Amino acid sequence: MYRIQKKESLNPTVTRMVVEAPLVARRAQPGQFVILRVDQEGERIPLTIAGYDREKGTVTIIFQLVGGATMALDRLEEGDYIQDFAGPLGTPSHTQGLRKVAVVGGGVGCAIALPVAQKLHDQGAEVHAITGFRGKELVILEEEFRAASSRFFLMTDDGSAGEKGLVTVALERLIQEGERYDQVIAIGPLVMMKFVCQLTKKYDVPTVVSMNPLMVDGTGMCGGCRLTVGGKVRFACVEGPDFDGHQVDFDEAIARSGPYRQQERHAREAACRLFQKEGAR
Amino acid sequence: MSKRNMDPKKQPMPAQPPEERRRNFREVALGYSAGQAAAEAARCLACKNKPCVAGCPVGIDIPGFLARAAEQDFAGAYEIIARDSSLPAVCGRVCPQETQCEQRCVRGIKGEPVGIGRVERFVADWQAAQTPAAQDAPGRKEDAPRMAVVGSGPAGLSCAGELARNGCAVTIYEALHTPGGVLVYGIPEFRLPKAIVRREIDALKALGVEVVTNAVAGRSLTIPELLEEYQAVFIGSGAGLPRFMGIPGENLNGVYSANEFLTRVNLMKAYREDSATPIQRPKRVAVVGGGNVAMDAARCALRLGAEEVSVVYRRSMEELPARAEEVEHAREEGIRFRLLTNPVEILGEDNWVRGIRCAKMALGEPDASGRRRPVELPGEFLELPVDCVIMSIGTSPNPLLTGATPGLSTQKWGGIIADEAGRTSLPRVYAGGDAVTGAATVILAMGAGKTAARAMLEDLEKGGADHGI
Repeated sequence: MYRIQKKESLNPTVTRMVVEAPLVARRAQPGQFVILRVDQEGERIPLTIAGYDREKGTVTIIFQLVGGATMALDRLEEGDYIQDFAGPLGTPSHTQGLRKVAVVGGGVGCAIALPVAQKLHDQGAEVHAITGFRGKELVILEEEFRAASSRFFLMTDDGSAGEKGLVTVALERLIQEGERYDQVIAIGPLVMMKFVCQLTKKYDVPTVVSMNPLMVDGTGMCGGCRLTVGGKVRFACVEGPDFDGHQVDFDEAIARSGPYRQQERHAREAACRLFQKEGAR
Repeated sequence: MSKRNMDPKKQPMPAQPPEERRRNFREVALGYSAGQAAAEAARCLACKNKPCVAGCPVGIDIPGFLARAAEQDFAGAYEIIARDSSLPAVCGRVCPQETQCEQRCVRGIKGEPVGIGRVERFVADWQAAQTPAAQDAPGRKEDAPRMAVVGSGPAGLSCAGELARNGCAVTIYEALHTPGGVLVYGIPEFRLPKAIVRREIDALKALGVEVVTNAVAGRSLTIPELLEEYQAVFIGSGAGLPRFMGIPGENLNGVYSANEFLTRVNLMKAYREDSATPIQRPKRVAVVGGGNVAMDAARCALRLGAEEVSVVYRRSMEELPARAEEVEHAREEGIRFRLLTNPVEILGEDNWVRGIRCAKMALGEPDASGRRRPVELPGEFLELPVDCVIMSIGTSPNPLLTGATPGLSTQKWGGIIADEAGRTSLPRVYAGGDAVTGAATVILAMGAGKTAARAMLEDLEKGGADHGI
């Protein structure tokens, strides 16, 4: 059992939790993830590690309420326990030798992008951060990104915060201004990563993306997380989640992200009904 | 001495009728009564040279326990089995007896061999029903040798049991949230009820074995770290990496590895309406492969409500590697066997599987495995309309652990290199089961776990297991 030490809401649909998990905290690196199960009957869900404190033995997770499991997780409060919390899984993000990097985060993907940006920043690399959200009320981690970058751009679809437009608009402008990046790191919705990669391919800038496909065990056993990268089948849980974005077959990944969407929606609706009932009591 | 039973046939195993069981996940074989078990045990001729024992990977004194069972001394029978086997209730259910002990049974020459597995199962279940779960836990002695076991499947459990019985303080590290390995994620409830696996693990805990779940060796912890804390480490991490065929369409929605399909169903209980884990409920299913895992996947698909389930296998019935009883059960339940049929492409529509295109095959010359090699009949194809394909063509050892263990020698295909006693290239590190052999059976893994435990104890005794093969 893993105790929740801290919980805070970053926006109406995104929550941050600090969890006591010494075995995970001991070896965690940016880019890795955990698999957790909220309770005895819970689903196993992967969540990327958003931070860790080795001395305190804690791991930070940031998650969006998307289905039954994340809604159940969000019902836990400080002092409550998460049933299972395994990790760190996946291969750490490769940051060595990078001198100048553009870190692009979209939505809750910013939670995963942040520790990578921080690590690069701490290593002395020049970090430009671009974060994108649908609107003002969904913006998260703005201060943290500002602190971890030398140039920061906030983009919103509707212009209600920062600049109106997609992250690709800001990235292309920077490239056209003459910024030369060793690497672009893009973490966010599949569609966002796909378009970032189309853009950076045009300008020939190496780009790494973090894939977050469906998975069960997270240790290479189920193969549910398989992707096509450079024409080869790769397991995101063991070989990833980071891959060369120019090699990833995004259309296939998008198609593979959907098979349980119907069931997810049902779970979400059922959970909502449950909340309503409890609220009425 | 009870009277010898000369019936040429085994006592029939009571089972759920096929038309009923094909829609539920309850155990298929219901088990003998005490009378049936004693009658079956009395079929043993008590041969002097005990050919059956030589066929048992853990060397159980089979005529010994059968003699006790024939006299309805089931406690005595259990005691004999437990000397050599950690998991009799499991083995009685899932061992391929027809290629091991029962294959060598003299009664099999003229008639059916003694139903050794069935009696073993009865004895184990009888014993479990008698004893309150908590035995006298020996407790860990302060100065007991500390041993680590990686993986809680059959190899790990058997190794841990042997070490604990010999006075070691054993800790098992398991990557998943529930111990049992393939016994819980792979083998379905209707073949091996999970309550039985839990019971066996509780028995180990009663011996003082500690189980740490959610500990992923190679990620959460490493072998060198374990070596700092423990006198020796046994790796029984299994062969969990699923293989795919590499044919077009394999990444369509509706294509599962057998591992994924079975894990969702068995470990995560996706067959229950109230399960939080989603699974597709397919109508027409093709399971590719012919092993026990393929039978399990096919029968699970049927129980999820599929109208038609086919096992697609590229050789003929004769080469089909699954246990005879599983094939028989699958057939009774209405699983179709499409033999000499090999998939060449999975067909899709809107990102979902809509069919599978297969080449028709014929058997040619024997290959390296001694089985006749299937060859494609030129230009002969067939198309099966299916909405789900389950790939069950084998698994290999997971590279996660070996990749994170410098100095541990492995085969090209990923298996850990170990000698017959389980000693690896690293001092104080032992390995056994599927992690060494590639995918095999529960009992072989148990045998390897036990053998390695003996080597661990022996090397410890010598005062320094400073080997390295």
